[in-house]
Amino acid sequence: MAASFDLKNDGVVVIIGSGAGGGTLGNELAQKGIDVVILEAGARHELEDFINDEWDSFTQLAWKDKRTTSGDWRVAKDFPNLPAWIVKSVGGSTTHWAGASLRFQEHEFKAATTYGKVKGANLVDWPVTLAEMEPYYAKAEAKMGVTGTNNWPRLPGNNNFKVLKAGADKLGYKECHTGNMAINSVERDDRNSCQQTGFCFQGCKWGAKWSTLYTEIPKGEATGHLEVRPNSMVIKINHDASGKVTGVVYGDKDGKLQEQKARIVAVAGNSIESPRLLLNSESSKFPHGLANSSGQVGKNYMRHTTGSVYAIFDKPVHMYRGTTMAGIIRDEARHDPSRGFVGGYEMETLSLGLPFMAAFLNPGGWGRSFTTALDHYDHMAGLWIVGEDMPREENRITLHKDEKDEHGMPIADVHFDDHPNDEAMRNHAYKQGQALYAAVGATRTFPTPPYPSTHNLGTNRMSEKAEDGVVNKHGQSHDIKNLFVSDGSQFTSGAAENPTLTIVTLAIRQADYIAAQMSAKTI
Amino acid sequence: MVTVYEKKLVYEKKVGLSRRELLKRGGVGALLVISGSAVISPEHAWGLETSALKPETMATLIQAARDIYPHDQVPDKYYAIAVKGHDETAAKDPAHKELIEKGIAELDKKAGKGGYRGLGWEEQRVALLTDIEKTPFFQAVRGGLVVSLYNQKEVWPIFGYEGESYSKGGYIARGFNDIEWL
Ligand SMILES: Cc1cc2nc3c(=O)[nH]c(=O)nc-3n(C[C@H](O)[C@H](O)[C@H](O)COP(=O)(O)OP(=O)(O)OC[C@H]3O[C@@H](n4cnc5c(N)ncnc54)[C@H](O)[C@@H]3O)c2cc1C
Ligand code: SF4
Repeated sequence: MAASFDLKNDGVVVIIGSGAGGGTLGNELAQKGIDVVILEAGARHELEDFINDEWDSFTQLAWKDKRTTSGDWRVAKDFPNLPAWIVKSVGGSTTHWAGASLRFQEHEFKAATTYGKVKGANLVDWPVTLAEMEPYYAKAEAKMGVTGTNNWPRLPGNNNFKVLKAGADKLGYKECHTGNMAINSVERDDRNSCQQTGFCFQGCKWGAKWSTLYTEIPKGEATGHLEVRPNSMVIKINHDASGKVTGVVYGDKDGKLQEQKARIVAVAGNSIESPRLLLNSESSKFPHGLANSSGQVGKNYMRHTTGSVYAIFDKPVHMYRGTTMAGIIRDEARHDPSRGFVGGYEMETLSLGLPFMAAFLNPGGWGRSFTTALDHYDHMAGLWIVGEDMPREENRITLHKDEKDEHGMPIADVHFDDHPNDEAMRNHAYKQGQALYAAVGATRTFPTPPYPSTHNLGTNRMSEKAEDGVVNKHGQSHDIKNLFVSDGSQFTSGAAENPTLTIVTLAIRQADYIAAQMSAKTI
Repeated sequence: MVTVYEKKLVYEKKVGLSRRELLKRGGVGALLVISGSAVISPEHAWGLETSALKPETMATLIQAARDIYPHDQVPDKYYAIAVKGHDETAAKDPAHKELIEKGIAELDKKAGKGGYRGLGWEEQRVALLTDIEKTPFFQAVRGGLVVSLYNQKEVWPIFGYEGESYSKGGYIARGFNDIEWL
């Protein structure tokens, strides 16, 4: 039975956000018998509520509260109030996500050491190594049912994958397969196997794809130690005179402000909301926001160097049929500065339905050059580029000076300028992707600009030294012992891989640490 | 209220014009005919009644929509449905009404005698649109179309997009890997 805790109960761990980080941490703690309240800004939609329709699903699940943008990235021009495509709903962005689940490479935990000094980049090494992460990666893969691990077969390749594979073979790429996906290739964990529906981004109605919504959260609730409170938007974290956090203020479903007391607070609202909340929790003791003695809260915002390549063939492909992202080429993920940039990138299959293709193929585009592309929608194949981008201090989340949301909380501004390394990598990837499809006979290819960010990282980063970041190697804030960060904003650097497996891995590891500290009574 | 009449009977009754009369009014080759408060497509048996915008404005808007996102295989009806929201908004918001009416008037003026719809070649009309590409009027029309045109389920099959698939059991037995030409 799901628990229900009193607002005045100051023995609970309060987690803000129920996505990859928060949902996982909540279950892990509950399994250990620790009482947890997850406050989630969004509503609770179960999997039968999901809609196989791009705009309707977006309306149902996406974070649509206003944000503003600045900087030279194209998203600021095309989608000035939608810097990120992420979720406001129980389960967070694990409802929308595609399931690609890759471990980081060893050198990516040592970005500063490996890449050396990169002008205009604020690189430091992670305070953890791959060796320390490996046992937890294994736990995360087992929990999420990642294909290609634990003897689970990989997913069968769909049409879009087959085109990718044919091109990869032509270009001589060696590592191309249907990926490591947190999608059941066989029935397991009381959930279906993938039925190749092709609406992975709209919430998997079969429950084949891992989402905290129908895995971690109900499992945690079943322990009697977890309460998930939807429609609860946290706007401030309170602290006492000693500087310890004591609880959080949130707007409830009726818009009324409530205070939930807490022994520990863990912030997991994704990389725009988490720093926004810490910054908004300023006080006379912490005039620059909580956990911000380093001044790094909100800085080093990363979104991966992304882009897509779509291609048209003279024969049909039907790329939208089947698993959206089950297909990958890993050869370019290595660090090889001879290509003109540091770090690497992955190429993964991607398809959008017609409505989103119209919105994202070339935002702002019109006329025949645009429409003749869509005319051949069923002859299209597509891939997504995801590569390491450089952390920069000036790429950051700040509180808007004038505009406030319905709870009176300043909205977030997201500033992003591409680093020259990002541009060099993206151009290299465009060339490779276009060559790949040309090799299979594409008659036309499209180097498609980045979408609003689906991967949002780095704004409360981990660091060995307190002055370089916000949290330590366990996600515990350098400044306040009982304040944790549990989402992708902890990332010290971005790596080439999709982030969620690492977010989940860090959350499992953090739960062990929190439990140990609680029993040692240090927090 | 904007109504899109789908049946010949409906427009003939409502608008009270015979097909012959319509064709006469429109002249040879005219795609859309204005009658009272309606835009009518005599050839394709539908009509669209406006409430706030002038029907002439609506007819031009439909043509401009096609020129912005030209798909020769998509009938006018879907462009009409895609822009009818501007009439609905105009009915509630005088500023929007002015934006559209003025924008269209401007296009007609630039086009010279015969107006925008009188220009015979798509290239001629596109040249005018390119001139005003940066204006709020153009951006409002183009931006709205991205969703209002491409999110019509009825047009998806024209592009070969199959839409919802859960109720059909996904594609696991319906061709997710049926590519044969590789
Ligand atoms: C379309 C799409 C495809 C993706 N595909 C992949 C993929 O294939 N592989 C991969 O690794 N990653 C993928 N991602 C990214 C992945 O979803 C995110 O990296 C991951 O979910 C982030 O986890 P998180 O815990 O940081 O935040 P989220 O999962 O976004 O959860 C944050 C939650 O916190 C809530 N919240 C925020 N602020 C507050 C507040 N103040 N009070 C209360 N609640 C709050 C939000 O409503 C949200 O539910 C994809 C994302 C999208 C959108
Ligand atoms: S393709 Fe597979 S994972 Fe994706 S939505 Fe369908 S069943 Fe779920």
